[in-house]
Amino acid sequence: MRNLFYLIFNFFLLTPCLLFVFTSVFTSVMTMTITTTARGEVDVLVPLTVPEGLQLIDKPNDNGQALMLLWKKNSSANSSAPENDKISYEIIIAENQNGPFFPVGKIIAPFKTKYDFPQLFGYAKENKEYYAFEIKGYTKPNEVKAGEVKEGEKPKTTDVLLSPNVTYYVKVKVLEEISTTPLKFNEKELNEVLSATTKGNWFATNKTNSVLILIFLTVVIMLYIYWAQRNPHGLFIRKIAGLDAMDDAIGRATEMGKMALFVHGLRSVSDVPTIAAMNILGRIARKIAEFDAELKVSHWDPIVQQVSQETVKEAYIEAGRPDAYKEENIFFAAGDQFSYAAAVEGVMVREKPAAIFHFGYFYAESLLLSETGAQTGAIQIAGTDAFTQIPFFITTCDYTLIGEELYAASAYLSREPKLLGGIKGQDVGKVAIIAVLILGTIFTTCGWERFSQLFWP
Amino acid sequence: MNFFKKRLPLLLAFFTGWLAVILDYIPHQNGEALMTTITKGLIIIGAVTAFMGIYGLLGHHYLKMKRKNEGWAYSLLVWAGFFIMMLFGIYNNGEWILKPQAEVGGVSWIYEYIFNPCQATMFSMLAFFIASAAYRTFRAKSIEAGILLVAAIIVMIGQVPVGILISERLPDISQWLLDYPNLAVKRAIFFGIALGGVSTSLRIIFGIERAYLGGE
Repeated sequence: MRNLFYLIFNFFLLTPCLLFVFTSVFTSVMTMTITTTARGEVDVLVPLTVPEGLQLIDKPNDNGQALMLLWKKNSSANSSAPENDKISYEIIIAENQNGPFFPVGKIIAPFKTKYDFPQLFGYAKENKEYYAFEIKGYTKPNEVKAGEVKEGEKPKTTDVLLSPNVTYYVKVKVLEEISTTPLKFNEKELNEVLSATTKGNWFATNKTNSVLILIFLTVVIMLYIYWAQRNPHGLFIRKIAGLDAMDDAIGRATEMGKMALFVHGLRSVSDVPTIAAMNILGRIARKIAEFDAELKVSHWDPIVQQVSQETVKEAYIEAGRPDAYKEENIFFAAGDQFSYAAAVEGVMVREKPAAIFHFGYFYAESLLLSETGAQTGAIQIAGTDAFTQIPFFITTCDYTLIGEELYAASAYLSREPKLLGGIKGQDVGKVAIIAVLILGTIFTTCGWERFSQLFWP
Repeated sequence: MNFFKKRLPLLLAFFTGWLAVILDYIPHQNGEALMTTITKGLIIIGAVTAFMGIYGLLGHHYLKMKRKNEGWAYSLLVWAGFFIMMLFGIYNNGEWILKPQAEVGGVSWIYEYIFNPCQATMFSMLAFFIASAAYRTFRAKSIEAGILLVAAIIVMIGQVPVGILISERLPDISQWLLDYPNLAVKRAIFFGIALGGVSTSLRIIFGIERAYLGGE
C-alpha cells in the first residue's frame, strides 16, 4: 500500500516538478546571453525579451522619407512584460547590408502600438497587438581627418533624414536594465537584418473620407447652383439683418456727407475670410460709387491692399464712376497688430466716418477698433469667422454677421440666383452633418464606434 | 483686354484652386516640391508688394501733410519714424547693411523702449474697453439680455477665487456653462464656418463668385 502511495506520489507530483525544472533550465540556457558591462567585464547571464515578428515596412501615406518598425506584443511566458520599463530597443540603420550602421534612437516603454497611428493603419482592434516605431532619420558622425579631433573631445555628428527610393537595412539591439547605480544593461544584438525601401505615396489613403465628403459637397452645391439658375424664384434665403442694414449705412454716409470706412481683418489674401471680405468690399464699393459717397479701406497686409485697390477700382468702373475712385483712399495702415489698431482708431477719431464695416478675421484688436467706432457714433456692421472675437463685435457693433453669414454676405447682397444656389447647397451639407452627428452619437452610445470612425482622420 | 482682365484671372483661379485641393491629398515628394514652389512664389509676391505697401503708406501720409489735413502732424511722425528706423537699420551699429542686423544698437533700442511700450499701452486699453462694452451689453433690456447677464455673472465670478467663497458649486456651474452650452454653440458656428469656407472656395474656383474682380 505504502509502495503504491509512493508510486502515485512520484508519478503525479514529482514528475511534473522535475519536468518543470528541466524545461525552465533548458529554456534559460537556450536564451542566455553573455552580459557585458561598460567596462567590458563579463557580468551575469540573464534572459532577454526578444521582439517577436519584427517587420520593417515603408511608412504608408507619406512623402517617402520614413519607415515603420513593427513587432508583435511579446507573448512568451518566460520573458519580461513588454511594458516593462527596464526593456528598451536600440535601432541602428545602414544603406548597405554590411554597414556601416548608424544609430536611429532608443525605443523606451511605454511603446506605441499600430493603433496609435490610425492615419497609417486604421482603427482595427488587431492593431493593438503590434507595436510600431517610426524611423525618420539617423545620426551620422562627421567625417574627420586624422588628428583633427582632440583627445577627450566628442566627435561632431549630423542628423540625416531618410531619402525617398532608398533601401535601408535595420538591426535591433535589445537592452535590459539590470542596475541603475551604476547604470548597467544586459544587451543583445539580433542577428536578423531587416530591409525596406522608402517610397512616396501618390494618394493619402487616410484622407479618402475627406475626398468623398468634398465630392459630395461639390456635387450638391453645383446641383443647387444649376437648379437655382433654372428656378430663380424658387429660392428662399432667410433675412440677415446686418446685410439689409448695409444700404441704410451707406445711405447715412451719403446724407451726412461723411465717408464710410471698410476695415480689413488681419489675415493674408490666401485665407478664405479675407477673400469673403474682398467679395463684400466689391459689393459695398459698387453701392458707394452709385450713391456718390466716399469710401476708405484700411489694410494690414500690402498684398490685400493691392487686391482691394483693383476690386474697388473695378467696382467704380462697373458703376460708371471711374472718376470718383481715389487710390490713396485704399491705404496700407500698418503691418503690426496694435500699430494697425492705433492707425485705424486714429482715422476713426479724426475723420468720424458715418459707417464702419469690419470684415475678415480679427484678433484682440477687434474690440479696440469696434469700441472706438462705437464711441465716434458711426453705424457699425461687422462680420467675422473668428469665434473668439464674435462676442466683442456683438457688444459694440449695431449688426454682426456670425461665422458663415460672412461667406453668405456676397451672395445675399448680389441676389444672383447662382450665388444663392451655393448657399442652399451649403445648407444641405449642414443637414448631412447634423444627420451624421445624431447617428454617430446613437451608435457610439450603443458601443459601435465603426460608424464614427468612418469620419475620423 | 477683356481676356486679361476677366478670363485669365478666372482661369488662374480655377487651375490653381484645384491644384491646391489636389496637392493636399498627395503626400508624394514631387507634390510637396510643387507646393513649396507655389509657396515660394507667394513669398516673392509678398516681398514685391511690401515695397508697394510702403510706397502707398508714405504717399498717403505725404498727401495729408501737403493738404494740411486734420492731424497732419501724426503723418509727419510716421515719416520721421520710418526714416529714423531705416537709418539706424542701415547703420546697423557700425556694421552697415551687408551684415546681419546687430542685436544691440539703435534699431533694438527703438524697438524695446519705444515700440514695445506703445504696443503694451494699446493692449492694456483693452481692459477699459471690455468694461465699457460689458456695461452696454449687460443691461437687462430683454429676456435674452437677462439670461446673458446671469450667465456672464456666474462665469465671471466662478473664474475668480472669491467664487468658491460664495458657493463651492459656483466654479463647477461656471465650468459647466463653458463646457456644454458654450462649447455646443462654438461647434455649431465652426461647422457653419467650415461649410461656408468650402462653399465660397468652390464658388471662386468655378468662377461663379466674381465680386473680388470688381464685377458681378
